[in-house]
Amino acid sequence: MRLFTNCGALIGKELRTEYRSRELLTTTIVFILIVIVLFSFTFDPTSDESRRFAPGLLWLAFLFAASLMLQPCFLREQHNDTLSALRLSVSDPFAIFLAKLVANTLFLLLTELILLPLFAIMYNVAVVPVLHWLVLVFFLASLGISIAGTALSAISAQARMRELLLPLLMLPLLTPILVASTEVTKSLFDRAPYVQWKGVGFLAVFDLVFLTALWLFGEYLLEE
Amino acid sequence: MTPLAFSPAGLRFENIEKRYGRLLALRRVSLVIAPGECVVIAGRNGSGKTTLLRVAARLVRPSRGALSFSSVSGDGKEAVRPGFVAHATMVYDELTAEENLLLFARLLGVVQAQTRVEVLLHEVGLWERRASLVRTFSRGMRQRVAIARALLHEPAILLLDEPATGLDPQGVAWLAEALRGLRDSGRTILMSLHGESEISSLGTRAVRLDAGSIAADTRTGATFRSILTFADA
Repeated sequence: MRLFTNCGALIGKELRTEYRSRELLTTTIVFILIVIVLFSFTFDPTSDESRRFAPGLLWLAFLFAASLMLQPCFLREQHNDTLSALRLSVSDPFAIFLAKLVANTLFLLLTELILLPLFAIMYNVAVVPVLHWLVLVFFLASLGISIAGTALSAISAQARMRELLLPLLMLPLLTPILVASTEVTKSLFDRAPYVQWKGVGFLAVFDLVFLTALWLFGEYLLEE
Repeated sequence: MTPLAFSPAGLRFENIEKRYGRLLALRRVSLVIAPGECVVIAGRNGSGKTTLLRVAARLVRPSRGALSFSSVSGDGKEAVRPGFVAHATMVYDELTAEENLLLFARLLGVVQAQTRVEVLLHEVGLWERRASLVRTFSRGMRQRVAIARALLHEPAILLLDEPATGLDPQGVAWLAEALRGLRDSGRTILMSLHGESEISSLGTRAVRLDAGSIAADTRTGATFRSILTFADA
């Protein structure tokens, strides 16, 4: 029970600090916006070709943006050594991870949902009929990115080349998520949309496996 | 400080070693600190003072040896959760003083967190500035928030790593007074210091670390002074 109380207090802190600084959301939204707009010039948005490439482009943009968003996740806690204060205060260190990954998932999901209409317009993709399925894919993929990314952020924050290390570790590890979410999104953008359940199942299993690993071994990632 | 309910506790370092790669930060440190003692740890930069305190706070796992706590009301790792004031303030700049203390009070499971936070804000003299963001505070005010954070759960053991860093003379006087109250209430205090000060005079025992080992350990006056001033180093 203390785990969830601690987690609730920490999520409140994450949301409050982000509301005050707006650092993460602004950076991520601007980054994805630039990618979507720049690539829209290189494709013909009305062609089927664009519909084929757009899902991959969308998820690449989300993934790179997530690596930007996750970078300061634990780095910020080193500024005043607040991570030590958290470790001294929580009953279970998993609460620190759980709060961060919930907040990161929320931020990432919010960014994705804000930019989805713009993406639909610029790439001429009908998203409204499949919106509920898209939200499910966005949620599962964002959760997976946040779980793995939060764990890797904790590791990279203690390393010397911390700014370089996170994308180097994160991008290869998240390739399966990129592939699965691109495939599912592509099936939803099809002229005759369908749900690729294999991909959805893969995303759910990825989340479950990495969340369990984080619960079991997360404590060691926070040690000095 | 308001008298608080806690069970006095002591701590025991047994052959503690800590390695950071090739660097041996602590070498077979054995030290028994009785409940209610106020121990000053002195030593030059890099002598292992901070590492010893972080081991005591259980933030650093020793490479070898064991750390244990003894409580008058019974032993147990969970029963003793030290309060820790480090070099860094360990509070969030983007939150107000009150928000910081409330956050940590809730994480620590403090009963009636709001009341406890209000009492501490009065005690550290920050009640008027409770709604200000910590980033607008001077170093001395931040240190007061840090001390209040460390005292939230009424710890029986207080670990202080150069607590007077950045404080002006008034701040040092306030800190000395606050620590005197905490010591007199029966808390065990372990603090690292540089040189003699109002704060070092509170110590009932002085330990000097040299290159990660205990070089001197005393409770008597003349030797006590020499440990703090490195007179015989």
